[in-house]
Amino acid sequence: MSEWLKVCTLEEIPRLGARVVQTGKGDIAVFRNAGDEVFALKDKCPHKGGPLSQGIVYDRRVACPLHGWSVHLDSGEAVAPDKGCTHRHQVKVEDSVVYLQV
Amino acid sequence: MKRARLVMVGNGMAGVRTLEELLKLAPDLYDITVFGAEPHGNYNRILLSPVLAGEMTLPEIMLNDFDWYRDNGITLHAGKKVVEIDRARRRVVASDGTEAEYDRLLLATGSNPFILPIPGNDLPGVLAYRDIADTQAMVDAAAHYRRAVVIGGGLLGLEAANGLKLRGMDVTVVHAVDWLMERQLDRNAADMLKASLEAKGLKFLMPRLTAELVRGESGRVCAVKFKDGDEIPADLVVMAVGIRPNTALAEAAGLYCNRGVVVNDTMQTYDPRIYAVGECVAHRGVAYGLVAPLFEQAKVAANHLANFGIGRYTGSVVSTKLKVTGIDVFSAGDFMGGAGTEEIVLHDRTGGVYKKLVLKDEKIVGAVLYGDTVDSSWYFQLMRDGKEVGEIRDHLMFGESHLGNAGHQGQNKAAAMPDEAEVCGCNGVCKGTIVKAIKEKGLFTLDEVRRHTKASGSCGSCTGLVEQIIASTIGGAYQPQDVKKKPLCGCTDHTHEEVRKAIRENRLLSIPEVMRFLEWRTPDGCASCRPALNYYLICAWPKEYQDDPQSRFINERAHANIQKDGTYSVVPRIYGGVTTPAQLKRIAEVAEKYHIPTVKITGGQRIDLLGVKKEDLPKVWADLDMPSGFAYGKSIRTVKTCVGSEWCRFGVQDSTNMGIELERALDRMWAPHKVKLAVSGCPRNCAEATIKDVGVVGVDSGWEIYVAGNGGIKAEVAQFLVKVKTREEVMEYTCAFLQLYREEARYLDRTVHWVERVGLDYVKKRIVDDDAGRRALYERLLYALQDERDPWAERVRGLAAAEFQPIKFYDKDSLSGDGNNERMAESVHA
Ligand code: SRM
Ligand SMILES: Cc1cc2nc3c(=O)[nH]c(=O)nc-3n(C[C@H](O)[C@H](O)[C@H](O)COP(=O)(O)OP(=O)(O)OC[C@H]3O[C@@H](n4cnc5c(N)ncnc54)[C@H](O)[C@@H]3O)c2cc1C
Ligand code: SF4
Ligand code: FES
Repeated sequence: MSEWLKVCTLEEIPRLGARVVQTGKGDIAVFRNAGDEVFALKDKCPHKGGPLSQGIVYDRRVACPLHGWSVHLDSGEAVAPDKGCTHRHQVKVEDSVVYLQV
Repeated sequence: MKRARLVMVGNGMAGVRTLEELLKLAPDLYDITVFGAEPHGNYNRILLSPVLAGEMTLPEIMLNDFDWYRDNGITLHAGKKVVEIDRARRRVVASDGTEAEYDRLLLATGSNPFILPIPGNDLPGVLAYRDIADTQAMVDAAAHYRRAVVIGGGLLGLEAANGLKLRGMDVTVVHAVDWLMERQLDRNAADMLKASLEAKGLKFLMPRLTAELVRGESGRVCAVKFKDGDEIPADLVVMAVGIRPNTALAEAAGLYCNRGVVVNDTMQTYDPRIYAVGECVAHRGVAYGLVAPLFEQAKVAANHLANFGIGRYTGSVVSTKLKVTGIDVFSAGDFMGGAGTEEIVLHDRTGGVYKKLVLKDEKIVGAVLYGDTVDSSWYFQLMRDGKEVGEIRDHLMFGESHLGNAGHQGQNKAAAMPDEAEVCGCNGVCKGTIVKAIKEKGLFTLDEVRRHTKASGSCGSCTGLVEQIIASTIGGAYQPQDVKKKPLCGCTDHTHEEVRKAIRENRLLSIPEVMRFLEWRTPDGCASCRPALNYYLICAWPKEYQDDPQSRFINERAHANIQKDGTYSVVPRIYGGVTTPAQLKRIAEVAEKYHIPTVKITGGQRIDLLGVKKEDLPKVWADLDMPSGFAYGKSIRTVKTCVGSEWCRFGVQDSTNMGIELERALDRMWAPHKVKLAVSGCPRNCAEATIKDVGVVGVDSGWEIYVAGNGGIKAEVAQFLVKVKTREEVMEYTCAFLQLYREEARYLDRTVHWVERVGLDYVKKRIVDDDAGRRALYERLLYALQDERDPWAERVRGLAAAEFQPIKFYDKDSLSGDGNNERMAESVHA
């Protein structure tokens, strides 16, 4: 549980963008917003499973590339009035290195 | 710091909407206290009619329940009527002695029903129709009594009569003049309405003036007596003869009132600390009685209360709808016409359809529709925007949708559709679902309905139907958006045009600069405005602006089209639809090598490779060694051609090579939306040029150029722009037209939407009549496209490599995947 995986440096995630981390348990999207906050969500939209990593990041949200739902990056919840939730992963940044819990 | 105190008097629709808008803008600015004379939270007064009709219940029409006030830290005094405003000491006093001090005061006291000054008007059994208490009293009366008389044949009176009838009462409507809703309908429409209501079992006495309400033995009203001496029995009398702005409190406090509390364009009263909104207000001499304008007032008042100080309310044009299930009427503006106006009328008595448009100086100034109201929002929009309709006059009557509109079986009468009928073919939303959402969730705008139900949110072709359903559910409360003043998105109040102007005139060179300069409300915009701004900057500064990939939709960021399973499609560019055996072989080899599951000939005369993994894209492009076809972008797509004079026995022009030339010239052109062209070699038009953004048709003596066609969601036939002689002219006119579109259309406008807004005459003036202007446009396009790089070649060489490379991490100890993936994914113990 408490195992942190070293993923990449902060710089390797584009600001207002994401990187996909492929794991044995499926893809995880690691996002970076304008304020250099980092978030990680399972790379599947609560609507129809679209890859959230490919969406447009703004504020603390991402807009899904398939049908435009927005998802809160910090909770994985769809932005109201849409309903649904995507699994959230723990992430942290230390000395500009991003760590993730799978 | 101590927060300022805001007190609101009147807990109704306009007031609470103001608070909602204020909380969005400045959630922490005020300590808010609300006084409401009614013992409820804020409810949707409009829907009292369906409650009366038994179609809805009271809990369903609550907009803000007590929890809402608590959650937003608002102190609510429900059931307490304010009886005094002490302006010197800045406090209000309620009838039970409760006091509250204010720094800012908001008056939203609504209006009072007008009660006829006749004997018996205060008898038990005599009611007005304004609030929950009145509605409840009518429901109770319907359970115990039989005969109801409604005085007043206007909107409210007819809705009351309809409700009481549905509750089983025997209902007579008494009206002072001889046609119903005389302030909204002309004689023809009123007669048709009366006939439909009679068919529902209502009775009418008109014209009749009421003289007296007669007291029965029990003390309750028992009859209505008319000026002419006649009398009819009545156990319940509902007066619906008009409303008066509720200004008593304001007047007592010495605020200037004149048929309403007088406010300026910022909704401020003569006391600068006091604002007022809603039906109690007189703005530029007008008091409104429908919620749409009141909500506009609310927005402006909130803006000023939040100390933003922008936004002015300049008055509204209103329209009316009657909310009687199964009856569709609409009216707006100067529907009677008269001197200086002309009328276009369609009257089908048997079919139950009546439409009248009143025109003045080629503009719509009024409309009455009965039976078929599908185009009401369109007419209303044309009217409010003051648009010249001369060009479309011949088909105005047949509405906006008389040309092919795909996806909902040609339905255009929402009222006649059963609840199970599908309205939105993209998202599978039925009429019943939409009606339910509007009522239960308290939705008022197209935007809200889209967000909650998804109806009309994808391709948009059912927008007219959805608007009609909203209008018949919430009545005149529905107001289609003002397209002229439509803000770019929720992050700003500026329009597309204002944003583009600011970019040009102030030499703004990046998205953050634009957002700072124009005071965006959000830190980094949203998925609507960022792509638009990115395009506007590219168009304004083709050489200086640095494209922002994070503000592009994935397709334009990855330069391939995302599919439903997250794979991509690659569509190699095949200029003019002409290919070679060598190209075909290469495509075939690539498809095999990368196990591409589907190879399909597209509708655009080229080949689609579907199901490519994102990581494989750069390799696929490298092996293809062909540029891709921008098949995903808001950009040039295809130039379709026919075989033309090179082979075809009818061909009079070499359409194939003309098409190839155009496609090469326009390569890599970004645009507000996608752009499609076609060139046919003779008028048989095998390339379908007349449904393209630009269609070129060869004739013996040259070429005809058509513009602003569309073959998608709503088929639109392209309009003739000009006839030219030479290939060079085809190139110049086409490019100039597209550059004008690039410079002036709003992001996500196809050419058809833009030309519809500005008019073909304007386009002709710029492209056909103005030789120097045309050449300048042409040159600006050439300048923008010159040295535009090939995005695939760049990516094959390694640009944006990270975009295509996932970080692979299959188990915690072993890193797999590309050797060049230096970014070690390793596990450490925390
Ligand atoms: C591949 C193709 C269908 C096919 O298998 O034939 C296609 C596929 C898509 N069309 Fe199309 N359209 C294709 C020809 C057309 C045509 C016919 C044509 O171009 O001659 C039309 C009608 C003509 C027109 O646009 O005026 C057409 C009208 C649309 C529309 C509605 C546009 C409108 O303004 O009404 C959309 C939706 C949109 O763009 O917002 C759309 C959107 C799409 C998208 C891009 C949806 C999306 O965002 O994923 C589809 C992409 C699939 C993919 O990844 O390739 N497609 N689409 C055709 C590609 C042609 C090409 O070679 O580039
Ligand atoms: C049956 C019915 C059907 C309608 N249908 C439609 C329709 O289809 N479309 C449409 O657009 N509009 C319709 N309307 C009109 C619409 O409801 C009003 O325009 C709107 O509610 C006005 O909002 P408001 O906030 O100004 O006033 P209100 O919503 O009336 O709110 C004012 C509130 O202030 C309270 N108040 C007054 N004085 C005091 C005081 N001194 N102290 C404390 N509280 C006080 C009142 O009790 C009331 O609750 C309808 C109205 C009715 C009654
Ligand atoms: S290719 Fe076009 S018509 Fe076909 S499903 Fe996709 S968007 Fe709809
Ligand atoms: S899959 Fe994300 S919005 Fe549909």
